[in-house]
Amino acid sequence: MTAPMTPQQIVERCLELSKADGCVVLVDESHSANLRWANNTLTTNGVMRSRSVTVVSTIADGSGTASGVVARSAVTPETLESLVRASEETARHNGPAEDARPLVEGTAASGWDQPSGETSVGVFGSLSPALGEAFARASREGRRSYGYVEHSVATTYLGSSTGLRLRHEQPTGHITITAKSADLQRSAWVGQASRDVSQVDVTALDAELVRRLGWAKRIVELPAGHYDTVLPPSAVADLMIYLYWTMSARDAHDGRTVFSKPGQGTRVGERLSARAVSLWSDPAAAGVQCAPIVVAHASSAEHSVFDNGLPVRRTAWIADGTLRALLQTRHSAEVTGLDATPPIDNLGLTVDGSAGSVDDLVSGVDRGLLLTCLWYIREVDPQTLLLTGLTRDGVYRIEDGEVSGAVNNFRFNESPVALLDRIGAAGGTSPAFSREWGDYFPRTAMPPLRVPDFNMSSVSPAS
Amino acid sequence: MVPDESIPPVRSLEPRRSAAELRRSATVESRTGYARRMPTDMDATFLALPMRALGDAALQRAQELSVQHADFRLERIRSQHISLRDGRLEGTHDGEDVGFGVRVVHEGTWGFAAAVDLTTDEAVRAVEQAVEIARTAHDMSPQRIDLADEPVYPNRTWTSAYRIDPFTVTEADKIQVMADYSRRVLDHPRVDHVTAHLGQVLEGKYYADTSGTVTTQQRVRLHPVVEALAVDTAGGGFETMRTLAAPAGRGWEYVTGSDGVVHWDAVLEELPELLTEKLAAPSVEPGEYDLVIDPTNLWLTIHESIGHATELDRALGYEANYAGTSFATPDKLGNLNYGSPLMHVTADRIAPHGLATIGFDDEGVEAQRWDIVRDGILVGYQLDRQMARMMADTLDTSRSNGCAYADSPGHVAVQRMANVSLQPADGGPSTAELIEQLDRGIYIVGDKSWSIDMQRYNFQFTGQRFHRIENGQLAGQLKDVAYQATTTDFWRSMAAVGGPQTYVLSGAFNCGKGQPGQVAPVSHGCPAALFRQVRILNTAAEGGR
Repeated sequence: MTAPMTPQQIVERCLELSKADGCVVLVDESHSANLRWANNTLTTNGVMRSRSVTVVSTIADGSGTASGVVARSAVTPETLESLVRASEETARHNGPAEDARPLVEGTAASGWDQPSGETSVGVFGSLSPALGEAFARASREGRRSYGYVEHSVATTYLGSSTGLRLRHEQPTGHITITAKSADLQRSAWVGQASRDVSQVDVTALDAELVRRLGWAKRIVELPAGHYDTVLPPSAVADLMIYLYWTMSARDAHDGRTVFSKPGQGTRVGERLSARAVSLWSDPAAAGVQCAPIVVAHASSAEHSVFDNGLPVRRTAWIADGTLRALLQTRHSAEVTGLDATPPIDNLGLTVDGSAGSVDDLVSGVDRGLLLTCLWYIREVDPQTLLLTGLTRDGVYRIEDGEVSGAVNNFRFNESPVALLDRIGAAGGTSPAFSREWGDYFPRTAMPPLRVPDFNMSSVSPAS
Repeated sequence: MVPDESIPPVRSLEPRRSAAELRRSATVESRTGYARRMPTDMDATFLALPMRALGDAALQRAQELSVQHADFRLERIRSQHISLRDGRLEGTHDGEDVGFGVRVVHEGTWGFAAAVDLTTDEAVRAVEQAVEIARTAHDMSPQRIDLADEPVYPNRTWTSAYRIDPFTVTEADKIQVMADYSRRVLDHPRVDHVTAHLGQVLEGKYYADTSGTVTTQQRVRLHPVVEALAVDTAGGGFETMRTLAAPAGRGWEYVTGSDGVVHWDAVLEELPELLTEKLAAPSVEPGEYDLVIDPTNLWLTIHESIGHATELDRALGYEANYAGTSFATPDKLGNLNYGSPLMHVTADRIAPHGLATIGFDDEGVEAQRWDIVRDGILVGYQLDRQMARMMADTLDTSRSNGCAYADSPGHVAVQRMANVSLQPADGGPSTAELIEQLDRGIYIVGDKSWSIDMQRYNFQFTGQRFHRIENGQLAGQLKDVAYQATTTDFWRSMAAVGGPQTYVLSGAFNCGKGQPGQVAPVSHGCPAALFRQVRILNTAAEGGR
């Protein structure tokens, strides 16, 4: 058996083998470990490692430049040549790519020589005993705990025939816990993202769950309707991530999204909210740091393989309530006549001049609802970006500025775009973990929001 | 919707199947009669992987470490995705995921480890890691794992039913077909833009366990979609409509139409006309309506409100922190009035071309077919070996029905959905005959938006097309329609079930479940059916438009 190659060796070997006009090689290595539990006992667990090598070949002829993308997971020195050739063969037959642009030029960045980051089950060293104690406490006190904790380190190596040698190491972790009363009638949830799960305070999360189940000792039935509603940062992330995923400039230009001006391009420049709302991404934002470059494994409306390695920097998608930018490739930026603002792997929302916590917002509500998180969010009407979904694991009644009990769940029909214009009050922005999308998109920073007329379309009997 | 590598959304349906095919799927009770092909039919490059050497090394090391059970699963998943915009190539991705996973029961506790380098050293190391994590987990796992018995299958092979492996067709040929389909739709003056996607998967799987079962399997699936967009520049709105050809366990012949399953010429010709009519259609008046729901829409309602609700791991709370639980708890087995007496729902892993169809599951359990709802009463669940043993008394069976599945070599097998299907009524009515029964109602075709609560009660669905029914006849399209109901109310309102001639197998590639998240392909067959007095919302009004 041949010794496994390092990611750097794989990149260099592929580039040496390349006979194409241009070549980009991506090596993604990932290590992860997880624990999952239900009914106060662990159910599944795992440690995984994975590796994927993606080769992008570009071939020019008189009519333009084509691209071919082929990716393989198990590679050996002997199989790299067939991978590179397959990518070239694909490019040769694909015909000119609309998104073709010159490959990004550069040199070896510092850190290129570093090995890929690792994690193992050992990362749960301090967390495991605390979990065991939480299970025992839950059993004693008549609760059931269900949850999941995961830590991963993904390292991406990007090399190109134009000199780029870039490395990005992305630690990602999160913990989510659902607690239920023994009769399963009361349910509460907490979730938190953390680049370093050894820093997670399980005992504090457990105490928060106990507090919330306590709120639910009194359960009030409420009908469907429009409610003065406090959305905690997690629920705001549930809605804003979907909005972000809908911000493709190309799709808007085609006329197929809420950001389209039918027949006339996009709504960039249009005021979406009377409030001083900003929706932004920033690879350097504290606690939610992410790759400062474009990494594209395939071309799509908002990604171009030709843009691999393009630097990204803080981008305001919405600033002071006005739509400023959409998700772009260099190609779509030309089509739409807007700045080339590629997608970035984190998202933040800030409301200027707002500060304070969920509890502060609750204290200002006479009669209303406090949500925990949203679930099963799907697009109902792309024209308004009307989304449907449900409340889950804790809807609480607010009376005279205090939580007075729990309420049944609801199905909502709401547009996150329209909602930005109906913010009654907001708190400060802090790292938040989306229940609905966090496993795909864990890096968000959101404020709690108060919306005076959140549309609860019907009652859900789920508990 | 994940940035980077966009996956085509869950979509689509397949046109009517032949009567002969239908009879096969309705009557086959075991795997008998299925092509049990020789390994020579399998992809030679998959069979050339050192699966046996690694598997033997892993299971031997596991036995040295005194496990009660160990299984070794090596997989190679070839995938290719092609997307086009207005008939031009937008992007392609050709991927291959090879690796293996080892799962052990050590001192009554699960441990799982996965790796990618195909060496015996790595296989041994993965076993040691799996045992290590089982030890770490032991003190937090008061429950001891015990697996239901299953016969030993010493050396079995299985391949799915298809003619042409799409990975033997050049990417250029595939792009050409999808570009041609796109242009035919784009040529219509009212169509502004056309997107097209073609997803394809070739799954090779080797499984071996310490009881002596060894299986080698291969299956193919693909999903072609063409979607048209029409923009109303004057009115400010827009509408889309897409083809209803379902994702299917079929070969390239399904995409070209040479197998006669999808009549692409007709499908592509009618799409722009239907879209134009929809763009100009009146907005629905909200209220309660009688509905005839086409199988191209109803399959997704079955998936959400029956398929997931009868997964026993959900009913037992294993998914309480993620996918959710179920209202259909084991104490209701045999006594829950799930729906009207017309309701007969089966689960299977044997339907020809079904996306959940397989020879053996990822615990070495042979594929089966069984009842989920009979005469409107809940009578069965979807199981794996651990749950089958644990719940044997309640379930009155001591055998798994073969629902363990891992979506990739790096993930542990969890209970995943079988093909859960509503059976047609023998000699039952055609779709037209169902429509004739209504003075006023809506005929719903094609799936679009879907959402259901975590206990599978409250759901809301939209569709591709909504045809107004007046005096037993279709009377033009409506738009802005969604139907909303509670699972048992809805199925109890089912007043008529279509005959076998209305039965269609639909499905999705991307059913999500588990932590870490896994996606599984699954099909659902159903006839057209009639439902009384279902709540209809106007989605424009809901969105304040």
